[in-house]
Amino acid sequence: MTELKNELIRHSAADLAAKLAAREVTAVEVTQAHLDRIADVDGQVNAFLHVNSEEALAVAAEVDAARAAGGAAAEELHALAGVPIAVKDLIVTIGQPTTAGSKILEGWHSPYDATVVKKLRAAKMPILGKTNLDEFAMGSSTEHSAYGPTRNPWDLDRIPGGSGGGSAAAVAAFEAPLALGTDTGGSIRQPGAVTGTVGVKPTYGAVSRYGAIAMASSLDQIGPVSRTVLDSALLQEVIGGHDPFDSTSLTDPFNDLVAAARVGNVAGMKIGIVKELHGEGYQAGVENRFNESLQLLKDAGAEIVEVSCPNLKYALGAYYLIMPSEVSSNLAKFDGVRFGMRVLPKDGPMTIERVMGATRAAGFGDEVKRRIILGTYALSAGYYDAYYGSAQKVRTLIQRDFDAAFAKADVLISPTAPTTAFKLGEKLDDPLAMYLNDVATIPANLAGIPGLSLPGGLADEDGLPVGIQLLAPARQDARLYRVGAVLETMLEEKWGGPMLAQAPELSSASTTAGGSN
Amino acid sequence: MSVDATLSFEEAMEKYDPVLGFEVHVELNTKTKMFSSAPNVFGDEPNTNVNEVDLGMPGVLPVVNKTAVESSIKIGLALNCKIAESCRFARKNYFYPDTPKNFQTSQYDEPIAYDGYLDIELEDGTVFRVEIERAHMEEDAGKLTHMGGAAGRIQGADYSLVDYNRSGVPLVEIVTKPIEGAGSRAPELAKAYVAAVREIVKNLGVSDAKMERGNVRCDANVSLRPHGRERFGIRSETKNVNSLRAVEHAVRYEIQRHAAVLDSGEPVIQETRHWHEDTRSTTSGRPKSDADDYRYFPEPDLVPVVASREWVEELRATLPEPPAERRKRLKEAWGYSDLEFRDVVNAGVMDSIEETIAAGASADVARKWWMGEIVGRAKVADVDPSELGVTPQVIVELNKLVEDGKINNKMATQVLDGVLAGEGTPAEIVEKRGLAVVSDDGPLLEAIDAALAAQPDVAEKIRGGKVQAIGAIVGGVMKATRGQADAGRVRELILEKLGVEG
Repeated sequence: MTELKNELIRHSAADLAAKLAAREVTAVEVTQAHLDRIADVDGQVNAFLHVNSEEALAVAAEVDAARAAGGAAAEELHALAGVPIAVKDLIVTIGQPTTAGSKILEGWHSPYDATVVKKLRAAKMPILGKTNLDEFAMGSSTEHSAYGPTRNPWDLDRIPGGSGGGSAAAVAAFEAPLALGTDTGGSIRQPGAVTGTVGVKPTYGAVSRYGAIAMASSLDQIGPVSRTVLDSALLQEVIGGHDPFDSTSLTDPFNDLVAAARVGNVAGMKIGIVKELHGEGYQAGVENRFNESLQLLKDAGAEIVEVSCPNLKYALGAYYLIMPSEVSSNLAKFDGVRFGMRVLPKDGPMTIERVMGATRAAGFGDEVKRRIILGTYALSAGYYDAYYGSAQKVRTLIQRDFDAAFAKADVLISPTAPTTAFKLGEKLDDPLAMYLNDVATIPANLAGIPGLSLPGGLADEDGLPVGIQLLAPARQDARLYRVGAVLETMLEEKWGGPMLAQAPELSSASTTAGGSN
Repeated sequence: MSVDATLSFEEAMEKYDPVLGFEVHVELNTKTKMFSSAPNVFGDEPNTNVNEVDLGMPGVLPVVNKTAVESSIKIGLALNCKIAESCRFARKNYFYPDTPKNFQTSQYDEPIAYDGYLDIELEDGTVFRVEIERAHMEEDAGKLTHMGGAAGRIQGADYSLVDYNRSGVPLVEIVTKPIEGAGSRAPELAKAYVAAVREIVKNLGVSDAKMERGNVRCDANVSLRPHGRERFGIRSETKNVNSLRAVEHAVRYEIQRHAAVLDSGEPVIQETRHWHEDTRSTTSGRPKSDADDYRYFPEPDLVPVVASREWVEELRATLPEPPAERRKRLKEAWGYSDLEFRDVVNAGVMDSIEETIAAGASADVARKWWMGEIVGRAKVADVDPSELGVTPQVIVELNKLVEDGKINNKMATQVLDGVLAGEGTPAEIVEKRGLAVVSDDGPLLEAIDAALAAQPDVAEKIRGGKVQAIGAIVGGVMKATRGQADAGRVRELILEKLGVEG
C-alpha cells in the first residue's frame, strides 16, 4: 500500500508552480490529487465545510488549456496559476456557501466575491473549498464552529488552534498547499503554531478586507497560510495591494516579499526578544524551542537584543474590550431580515423585534453571544470612556512601546503561543484560559504591525509543534519573510527535512481500520 | 386618537416664552450614494438602486463619497461654519429594519462643520440671527411602508415593505443651537429658517431641495418656559415636517399644546411627535430621552476625512452669492418697488429676469414680459415660467421689433404665441404670419377711402368738426388691414383727407 496516494500533495506551492510551468504535471492532476486527499482524510480532520471540486477542476483545466496553447495565453498566466488553495469560510465567494462557521448563515450564498477571492480567480488558482473556523472567527480552537470542531493532524484528539483551525489543518494535512486565513488576535498565527505550519498576519491594510465577514474591523486582517515561508510570501503578493473598496487599505505595493524570502541572510540584523512575551506562563518545551531558534539566528550572524514593551500586560484586557465592542456592532446585521436564518418566536406577538431576537438567540452560539453582550456593555453610555475609551488609550501605549522596541531591533521574536495544542474540550468551559492562548499574538493586531509564525520544532514533553513568531514594524512585512526564511532553512537542516514530515500519517478513508501504516 | 388640549396662540404667548431648535436633513444630489457606488436616484423601482453595500451584506465595507464631502463643506461654508480639518464618522447603533446594518454611519462628536449662523429676514424686514451648532454627514435609511393596520404605522401593521433605494443616500444634518427670543414670531421664523436653508442648498446646487420628495426634511423642537426664566422647558420634537407651511403650523400648534399642558400643571413629556397635515395637529410618537443609548463609537471601517485648508478655500471660492444678498443687490440694481420685487420673487422669475437683462433688455421691459405675459401662460400650462420655452433672446428680439416700430404690442403677443407654438424666431414669425406694421401710405389710403365710403354719415360728422367720431373710421381701417396698420398714422391720414385739423 502506498503511504500517500499521490506524492504531489507533499510539494510546496513554489515547487508545484515550477512543475506546472515546466509542464511536468497538469493543474488538473494537482487539483485532483488534493481533492482526493480531502476525500481521504477530511472525514477525520474536518478542515473543510464545503468542497468545491467542480469549479476547482474547471479552473485547473483552463490553466492547462492556456499552457497547452502556449504563446501569449501561457505567458500571461500568473506564477501560481493552477496551484490550488483553500479559503477560510469567513471570506465570501460567489458559487459556494459562506457560513462564517455559524448556523445563522447556514445555506447563505454571497452575491459578490471578496477582493482577495477576485485576485485568486484572476491568478487562476483553483479554490478547493471553504475551511472551518470558530463561529465568526471567535475562538482559539475551532471548537466554537457550529459545524463541529476541526482536529489537529498531529493528534486528532487535540485542537488545531483557532479561529483558522480549518485552514491550518488543511495545509498541515496536505489537503491544500495554501490557504487563506483571517487574523484578528492570532487566528492565522496560533493555528499555524499548533499545526506546524506557516501563517502570516500582514500589516493592517496590506490586504483588502472587502468580503471578509467582519469580526473586529480595526483588528481583522486577511493573510496567507502555507507550509513554507516562501509560499506565504508568494501568496501575500497575490492577495495584497490597494483596494478602492477598502478605505483602510494601504497604497504601498508590498511587492518585495518573495525577494525578501530569497535573500537568505540575516547577518547584521538586530533581532529583539520581547521580555514580556516569553518566560512565565509559557510551557517549558515552548521556551526550549524558542531558545534554540534564538541560537540559530545568532549563529547566522544576527545580533540578539532584549527589548521591553511594558504595556503589553494590558494588551489582553484592551483587546477584550475593543474586539467585542466592534463585534457587537458588526454582528448586528445578522437579524433574519435580509439574509440567512430567520426564526419566528414560538408564541406571543410576531413583532420585528421578537423575530430578530428569536433569530439571534437560535442562530448564534454561546461564545458569539458572550462577546456581543460584553461589547454592548462596553459601549454603553456611562461606560464608554472607562472601557472602550481606556482600551483605545492602551492601544496607543502599545503602539508606542513597539515604536520604541523597533528603534532597537529590526524584528522582534517570541513564541507564537504559550502552549502546544491542548485537548479538545479541555478549555471549552473556561473562556479566560482560552483567551490566554492569544496573549503573544494579540499585540500585533492592536498595533497594526505584521506578524509571522513558523514551525520551531516539537516540544520535548509532548512531541507537539511549537511556533516561533516574528514581528516587524508596520509596512515592513518583507523583514518577516527574510528572517523567517533563514530560520526555516536552518531549522530544516537541523531536522533533516520539513517538520511536517515528522507528523503521524493520517489513515486514509479508503483504508480499513487498523491498516498497516 | 385623543385630541390634545391647546391654548390660543395669543394666550400661550402671554404666559410663555418659546424656545425653538431645528434639525434639517438635506439629501445631497450626488450621482452615487454616501458609501457605495449605487446610483442616488429618486423614484425608481424599489430595491433596484442598491448593491451589496447598501443591503449590508456580510463582508461589505463603506467608502466615503468625495463629492458628498465637498457638498457638505460647501453647506458648512454657506452657513458661516468652521470646517473641521479632520473629522471621523461614527456608528449609531440601533435595531430597525430600515437600517440594513442595524447601525447608521453618521458623525457624532466630530462634525465636518460647526459654529455657524444664518441671518433670517422676516417678511417685514426684521433680521433674526439663528446660530448653527453643527452640520454633519450621514447616510439616509431605507423607506418603510407599513401595510394593513391603522395609520400606516409599524404598530398594528400586518407586514412592512422596505425599499433600500434610499438607504445610503448622502445626508447633511444641520442642527441649530437653541433659538431664543423669537417670541410670537416663532412660527414665522421657523418657516423662514427652513425656507432659507432650502434656498441655500438649492443655490449651491448640492441638493434638489424638493421638500415634497423629502430632499429637505425638518424636525422641529419646541419648548416653553415662563417669561423671565432662563432654564429651558422640556421639549418635544416634531418629526419630518415636510412643507414650509407645515413647519409654521407645527410650531404654532406645539406652542399651543405645550401651553395647555403647562397650564394644567402637568410636565411636558419629552417625546417625538408626528405632524398630521389633515388635522393640523401632532400626535405622540415614541418617548425620547437624552439617555437613548445608541452606543456611538468611531467607525473603524473608515479613515478620518481630512479637509485641507487649501481645499476648503478652493471650495469657498466656488460658492455662489448667498441668495439673500443677491436679492438685495438685484432689487437695487433693477429699481423695482418692494411690491414689484416681491411679486417677481414669488412668481419665481427672478433668475429669468436677470438673464433677460443680461441679454440686453431693460429691467422694466424684462419685468413687463415675464410678469405680464409669461407667468400667466406658464400657469395655464402648469409649468415653471422658466420652463415654458421662452428664452431671454426671444424677449430681447420681440422688444426690438416693437421699438423699431415693425410690430405693435398686440402683434408682439401673437408673435410670442407663435414662438411657443414652435413656429420659429420672432422675425420668422412676423414674416410668416405677415404681421408687419403697414407703413406704405398707398394701401392705407385705399383702405381709408373704402372706410369713408362705407360710413358716409360718420365722414360727414367729422367734417362737421366732430373729430371724436373718427374712431369708427380708424376701426374700419384697422379691420381691413387685419390690425397691421399703425393706428396713429391712419388717424393722421383720415384727418388730412377730410381737411380737418386734428
